[in-house]
Amino acid sequence: MAGSTREETAPGTGGGPAGPAHPSGAAAGYRPSATMPFVAEFRRQASRRRTQLALGFMVLLPLIILIAFQFDTGDDDDNGRGEFGSLIEFATSGGLNFTLFTIFVSASFLLVVVVALFCGDTVASEASWGSLRYLLAVPVPRARLLTVKLLVALAYSALALLLLAGTALLIGTLRYGWEPLRSTVAAQLEPGEGLLRLLMVLGYLAVVLLVVAGLAFLLSVTTDAALGAVGGAVLLWILSSILDQITALGAIRAFLPTHFSTAWLGLLSTPIQTDDVVRGTISAVAYATLFWSLAYYRFTRKDITS
Amino acid sequence: MRSPSPAAWIRRALPTRRRAVATAAVAVLLVGAVVWAVRPQGPDVRTSSAMLTVRSGPTGDEPVDLDTTLYLPADASDGNKVPAVLLAHGFGGTKESVRSDAEEFAGRGYAVLTWTARGFGRSGGQIHLDDPDHEVRDAERLLDWLAARPEIRTDAAGDPAVGVVGGSYGGGLALLLAARDQRVDAIVPMITWNDLSRAFLPESTGKDATQGVFKSGWAGLFFGGGGSVGTGPAGISGATGAQPEGAPESAGPPSPGPGGGPGTGPGAAPARAADPSCGRFAADVCAAYLRIATTGRADQAAVDLLRRSSPAGVLDRIKAPTLLVQGEADTLFPLTEADANARGIAANGTPVRVAWFTGGHDGGEGPQTDSDRVKFLTVQWLDHYVKGEGDAPGDDFTWSRIAGFDALDRGLVATGYRTTDYPGTAGTGRRDVVVAGPPQPVANPPAGNPAAISSVPFAGELSSLLGGVAGDIPGQHARFESAPLPDAVDVVGAPTVRIRAASATGEAVLFVKLYDVDPNGAATLPNGLVAPVRLTGLPREIDAAQPVTVTLPGIVRRIEAGHRLRVVVATSDQAYATPVEPAVHTVALADGVVGLPTVDGEPIPTAAVVWRWVLAGLLAAIVVGLVVVVAVARRRNRRQDTSIHPAYAGTPLAVRELRKEYADGFVAVSNVDFDVHPGQVVGLLGPNGAGKTTTLRVLMGLTQPTAGEIYVFGHRLVPGSPVLSRIGALVEGPGFLPHLSGLDNLKAYWRATGRPWADAHFDEALEIAGLGDSVHRRTKNYSHGMRQRLAIAQAMLGLPELLVLDEPTDGLDPPQIAEMRRVLQRYATDGRAVLVSSHLLAEVEQTCTHAVVVNKGRIVASGPVEDIVGESPSVLFEVSDPAAARTLLDGLDGVRVLPDTDGQLVVDTNGTARSEVVAELVRAGIGVDRVVPRRRLEDAFLALVGENSRGSGDR
Repeated sequence: MAGSTREETAPGTGGGPAGPAHPSGAAAGYRPSATMPFVAEFRRQASRRRTQLALGFMVLLPLIILIAFQFDTGDDDDNGRGEFGSLIEFATSGGLNFTLFTIFVSASFLLVVVVALFCGDTVASEASWGSLRYLLAVPVPRARLLTVKLLVALAYSALALLLLAGTALLIGTLRYGWEPLRSTVAAQLEPGEGLLRLLMVLGYLAVVLLVVAGLAFLLSVTTDAALGAVGGAVLLWILSSILDQITALGAIRAFLPTHFSTAWLGLLSTPIQTDDVVRGTISAVAYATLFWSLAYYRFTRKDITS
Repeated sequence: MRSPSPAAWIRRALPTRRRAVATAAVAVLLVGAVVWAVRPQGPDVRTSSAMLTVRSGPTGDEPVDLDTTLYLPADASDGNKVPAVLLAHGFGGTKESVRSDAEEFAGRGYAVLTWTARGFGRSGGQIHLDDPDHEVRDAERLLDWLAARPEIRTDAAGDPAVGVVGGSYGGGLALLLAARDQRVDAIVPMITWNDLSRAFLPESTGKDATQGVFKSGWAGLFFGGGGSVGTGPAGISGATGAQPEGAPESAGPPSPGPGGGPGTGPGAAPARAADPSCGRFAADVCAAYLRIATTGRADQAAVDLLRRSSPAGVLDRIKAPTLLVQGEADTLFPLTEADANARGIAANGTPVRVAWFTGGHDGGEGPQTDSDRVKFLTVQWLDHYVKGEGDAPGDDFTWSRIAGFDALDRGLVATGYRTTDYPGTAGTGRRDVVVAGPPQPVANPPAGNPAAISSVPFAGELSSLLGGVAGDIPGQHARFESAPLPDAVDVVGAPTVRIRAASATGEAVLFVKLYDVDPNGAATLPNGLVAPVRLTGLPREIDAAQPVTVTLPGIVRRIEAGHRLRVVVATSDQAYATPVEPAVHTVALADGVVGLPTVDGEPIPTAAVVWRWVLAGLLAAIVVGLVVVVAVARRRNRRQDTSIHPAYAGTPLAVRELRKEYADGFVAVSNVDFDVHPGQVVGLLGPNGAGKTTTLRVLMGLTQPTAGEIYVFGHRLVPGSPVLSRIGALVEGPGFLPHLSGLDNLKAYWRATGRPWADAHFDEALEIAGLGDSVHRRTKNYSHGMRQRLAIAQAMLGLPELLVLDEPTDGLDPPQIAEMRRVLQRYATDGRAVLVSSHLLAEVEQTCTHAVVVNKGRIVASGPVEDIVGESPSVLFEVSDPAAARTLLDGLDGVRVLPDTDGQLVVDTNGTARSEVVAELVRAGIGVDRVVPRRRLEDAFLALVGENSRGSGDR
């Protein structure tokens, strides 16, 4: 018997400082599934000024609104915005109503910009810095890079939404008290029930914003200009909103990604109207899936030339 | 270092011919889809308008002109007979009011005859309020006319297959016609009356119409021709405002004037001189109205006249299956009217089906879901009983309740319910709620002014539903309230309450209402409905008063938990005529119990349920799709070629037949073939644009090669290959996060590799970078050279076995370049190798052991640097006497002195040994200072790529 229990690794490499440890030829300690850990990417984004500013503004906005309400002179002008104008009138009637108002004024634009920022900037900025090619040369598998980037961007988007609502709820409750949720469209809701409705509203909003996330992410992998991806997503969103105002388009409007963006108001009525919420969810999920699929398809095949 | 120039970017962004074609095709498809979706959809129907003269009246010989339009499906003909629908309009309307409904029925395969009822629009005659001798007989003649048409299907000679559909005035006609003419096969009367005298003179304790309280608001509106009256649920309406007279389809001469309501203008009246107080109303109807409106009471003659126009007395003659549709928001013809019709017709065994919807004379068509439901029921009814298609619709009862506001359309949303048997307005269950309050005095205002407002006819759908207009006058009403309800009650039907009243006058007209009061005190009067009562024989003192049961109007409403019920008894109401004399009554409750009828029903599944399934399906599909994609990717990964090409197993890099062609057809590299062996420092040399960077991009897995293979230690390299982890790279300049310090950038990079911290060898890398304390500064403040050194350090992290550096000395100063040379040469030991790309010849010559020269995408030379440079035959001599030396050397055999360059002596020894040449010179007494072989890469390079300085990379 030769008695040899060890075989020499590939000739000429055995003496290397980091000889191969894997049949795939990878360096010692390298595993594709271990590359670009979620936490690392989360910290990478957290260190960026735009992340800190965006999240900070989410905390600041409810405070600004609260201070603005302190200037209320009591002249009760009719807001003239139909049944949902009551959201404004009732804004100071309790913490829940204050939170609802804050969401109401942020949902149509501010949150769209914030989500577009997190999801549109994430890949494009790496490309513009030139660091994307080094990540791919690590190598971080492209699908994994996209998945981690997307999950982190979504996590920050969700965090922004929760920070906005959480801060508003906290300072609103401290200032106006833990009161039932009021509106003219529904019976008064007890605080517990009201909080549940609020969470449902936040959930639906998060789903609707998936469209923005998808669009921004798709643009992010197709361009090297972070501003282009963020701005493009916001612009397209605004375009869709404008088209949605044109009733002459008829049934086509239901296919616009923004058509159901205000359906969350139905969650405030009694009983809850989920019809449009369900359709809005279908629309948002379908669009987001489409955009993300395109993003993955494009990114896993494209030549990185930046 | 090559970043895509703007020109190249634009060229790439511009559509190629193929892309342009594809884009154009997609655009055309999109535009086509949009045009298809928004095209004006006119159903395929033929119409013909005609002024028909029919003979009717009590004797059947009075001619009257009726303005008619017949809508025929396009395929209807003598050979393809179709069933018919007689479509009647509402009060104050014309045939044009029902045009859209007519077109829809015609689109469903019915011949539809619409006509303007006598007394309206351009039809002749006077208004007799659906009198059996006039309007109803007119309709009979229209049936005769239909039966004679060749396209209309008949059940027997002269008996057309026909259904009658109409709302309000048209609905009354449908019932009366079905009672009079057995040729009618089915009827769908909507929001119409059972007893016209009771509708206009209601009394909610069950007294006769002669005792009723006059509904002056509605009556005045009708008589004065105040405008559109009665919009049916499916749009079957009497709306005059919507369609101008003489709309495009009318074939006849232009209308003389706005033929809206009766008595609106002189032009609307027919030829005979019109009584200005009666307009187009028939004299007897007009006289009855004037009598009632003057006194607020109806005499028996007036009641009899109204009863002639009511189905109430003839219900037993109706044999046509009847679908009754009644509105919940209807203060003119409340739910009780349809209830009475349903009972009367069903008593003979005629199939009857009842549906309530949330619209009505006050509520309009109601929400979309409601009008859809009513349309569906109507079509189902006609299809079965007239056309003979589909199963029997059955007799289950459907109703709906306003559920709230639609967040998107700002309209109302209704939830539909159904139950198998029609329960009537008394419901199937009953919930008693106790209301309390002391006896209260209430004042009757003189001449009914000021008056409480409960509903305003045609104030719009929202006003009554929101209770926004409801208001009671202080001192004129009594309130009785319940405790907050412990749980919600779904009221379906007519609640009842028992009251007592006392009055010095012995008689009182009172209005009993049931409010829903929310916890904030906001009170809502459901649909503005009130129950007027006329109590007579009242005692002076309340203690002696007898209780009477008041049946409140039928409602469908959910009273939420925590809400209170409030019974209000008022003395005045804007919508009714009340006694002129001032008086004070006392009002009390009899037993303080409000009986709320309830019906157990199940919600009708709506499109929402379908959407929920769609959503579930979509989510499931996405999950399945994800699983499949991930599984396929895993499988592909597992099947990835992990074999080692034995020939290259020990070779850090072997490039074979590499070719890269960009999308715009530009061939960046082709047939690139070279090896990097352990211990080598290989220079990839070439002019700008020769294809060096493209080669390195492919090597890093950033770009897919068009053809060829790359092997790293025998592993085939494709984008993302794990073996890339054994390569450290600097390609196309540094790439750092500008907001992080140099050290943090290195750490962030290493974190992204997921490899053990200890393998990174940060200290060695930082020493190579040589940044000192600057390593803690943000990289955006770095100089070009500092970034370059940091990038090289990053490439060396983990001490990869193959180091690939693109223009590594770019931006470095001479001492750093010299240092870099030493570092690279030292690095290429222990089996490691280095590949350096550069266009700086001296750098390659001094650093590299081997070189690969690339030009225009092709390799022009490769091998050890010495080989490429070659053993140059020319030698440079520095001698003490160049002229003598030149003469001497010229004489030597085979040796050639090259033309003088800068006074130097360059000799082509041409095979003669240099030592021999030196010896000859020395022998001739010429001092030799230096002998330098002219061995320069530059010469070799220029010889290889050509001297033309322009365009080496511009192909």
